Amino acid sequence: MNMDPRNMVTPPLANGAYDVERIRRDFPILARRVHGKPLVYLDNAASAQKPRAVIDRVTQVYEQEYANVHRGVHYLSERATILYEEAREKVRAFLNAASHKEIIFTRNATEAINLVAASYGRRFLQPGDEIVISELEHHANIVPWQMLRDELGLILRIAPISDHGEFLLEAFTSLLGPRTKLVAISHMSNALGTVLPVRDIVLAAHHVGAKVLLDACQAVTHLPVDVRALDCDFLVFSGHKLYGPSGIGVLYGREQLLAAMPPYMTGGEMIKRVTFETTTFAGLPNRFEAGTPAIAQAIGLGAAIDYVSEIGLEAIAAHERDILNYATQRLAAIPGLRFFGTAPGKASVVSFTLDYAHPHDIATIVDRAGVAVRAGHHCAQPLMDRLGVHATTRASIGMYNTRADIDALVEGLSQVTELFTG
Amino acid sequence: MNDEIRELYQEVILDHGRRPRNLRHPEDATCQARGYNPVCGDKLVVYLKVDDDGIVRDAAFEGNGCAISMASASMMTELIRGRTEAQVARIFSRFHRMCTTDEEPEAADPETSGALEKLQVLAGVREYPMRVKCATLAWHAVSAALAGEDEASTE
Repeated sequence: MNMDPRNMVTPPLANGAYDVERIRRDFPILARRVHGKPLVYLDNAASAQKPRAVIDRVTQVYEQEYANVHRGVHYLSERATILYEEAREKVRAFLNAASHKEIIFTRNATEAINLVAASYGRRFLQPGDEIVISELEHHANIVPWQMLRDELGLILRIAPISDHGEFLLEAFTSLLGPRTKLVAISHMSNALGTVLPVRDIVLAAHHVGAKVLLDACQAVTHLPVDVRALDCDFLVFSGHKLYGPSGIGVLYGREQLLAAMPPYMTGGEMIKRVTFETTTFAGLPNRFEAGTPAIAQAIGLGAAIDYVSEIGLEAIAAHERDILNYATQRLAAIPGLRFFGTAPGKASVVSFTLDYAHPHDIATIVDRAGVAVRAGHHCAQPLMDRLGVHATTRASIGMYNTRADIDALVEGLSQVTELFTG
Repeated sequence: MNDEIRELYQEVILDHGRRPRNLRHPEDATCQARGYNPVCGDKLVVYLKVDDDGIVRDAAFEGNGCAISMASASMMTELIRGRTEAQVARIFSRFHRMCTTDEEPEAADPETSGALEKLQVLAGVREYPMRVKCATLAWHAVSAALAGEDEASTE
C-alpha cells in the first residue's frame, strides 16, 4: 500500500466525464454480497459508505501518526495536531467559512445542534422569544428546541409544507416577527429530498433580526454549500453522510457569535488556565472542543472532503439527478405505488408506499435481494403525521449508485407485489 | 421468489395480515394496553375482557403495522380467548423463546402446546433480529394489560 496521502485521492476524472464504475471501485464494500446477492446500497441518507481514500487515511493515522493533539511536545503529538488542524482547514475551505475559528468539531450534527441550543440558546434567548423550525425537520432539529422551549419559556413555531413536501416560503415569512430570535431549519429534507430555499429563508430571518441555523447533513453531500454566500449564522453536518467516518460532526458558527457563547462542555483541551478557584477558557475553536477529540475521524473527514471535492459536488449532483429521475420513472410504473415528496428540484431521495404492503415488509423482502433501503419514519415522525402516513420506504441515492441499482430495487419490489397480491 | 422470504411470509401470516381477526374496540373490555415499538413506530392497542376467575373472555386489537405484527396480533386474539392469565403468560414466554432461539422448549406443556403449534408459523422471524419485535409486540401489550399497565414498550 502506498502510504503517501497525496496518492490516495482519486485523480480528476478524464475529460470531466463521470465514471461511476471507477468511483464504485473506490468503495471496497460495494464489491461484497449480501444474502448471496451483489450489494445494492440505497440507504445513503442514513449513512454513506467509505472510499478507500478515507479507510486508508484513518488506517495510516493509527499505524503511523497517532497521538493526542494540542498537548505533547513529542513528534507524534505535533504530527497529529498538524493533521487534525489541517482537517479543520479542509472543512473551512469546503464550507468557505472566513476563519478556522468558525469550525468546531463535534461527534455528529446532533451534538452540534445541542451545542447551539445549550450555549447560544441559554445565554441569548429570553422567555417569550420565538424559534421557528419546519414540518420537515429531523428529530435532531426538533427535540433540542422543545427542551429549550420548556426550560426557558420560549415559543416554538412550525413553518408548514405543502402536501407535495414543498417548503412554503410565504407562510414561513408570515411566522416571523420581532420576537423571532432563531430559525433552525433543514437545508434538505432527509425523508423527502426537498431542497429548501435557504438563501431566501436567511434573508427573511435576518430582516427581523433572527439568527439562522441550517441543518446541512443531507445538503453537503448533494449541493455545494457556501456559508458566506448563504450568510447563515450556524450550520451543522456530520461526517458519516459525506463518505467520512462516523463519530465526527461539524458546527460552523459565525465568529462573533461563537466568541460570545459560553462553553458547552468543560474539561481538558478547552481551558487556558485552571486553579481550584477559577478557570480561564481557551479561545476559538478549542473552547468548544472539551476532552480528547475524534482525532482519526476528523482526519478521515478531511480525506472524504478531498475525495468528494476532487470529483466535484456539481458532477456528483448531476449524476445523482440522472439516477433520481430514472428511479422516479421506473417506480411510477408500479401499480399501487405512491410517492411522498415531489417538490420541484428535490434531490437524491425517493420516499414511497405500496398500498398492499407495509414498508417494513418491503424492506425485509428487498434486503433478501441484496437491496438496502430504509423503512419507517426516518426520524421525522411529525412530518409523517403531517403527510398522514405511518411509515414510508426510502431509497436514497449516493455518488456510486447506478441505474442497475434501481433496476435491482424494482426487481425486489416485484417480489413484494407477487407475495402480497399473488 | 426467494425461498427464505416464503418461509417468513407463510400463507397463514399473509392471510391474517390481509384480514386481521378481532380488529375492533370492544365496549366491555376490562383492561387494555398500548404496544409501541419506538424503532419502527408501529403502534397497537390490545383490549381484553377478563372475568372474575381470571379467564380471558374476549380479546381484540386496533393498530397499524407490518404484515408480521398484524398477523401476530390477529392470531394472539384467537389463541388467548378462554385461557387463564397464567396460561397466557406461559404461551407468551414459550413463544418469545421460539422467536429468539433455536433451543427446544423445556418441559412439555399440554395446556399450551396447541397454541404454540399454531404460532410456529411466526418462528421464521428468528432469522431476522430486527423483526422479532414485530412478532412479539401484541404479546407484550397483552402482558402489560394483564399486569394493569397501560403501555408496553418492547425496548
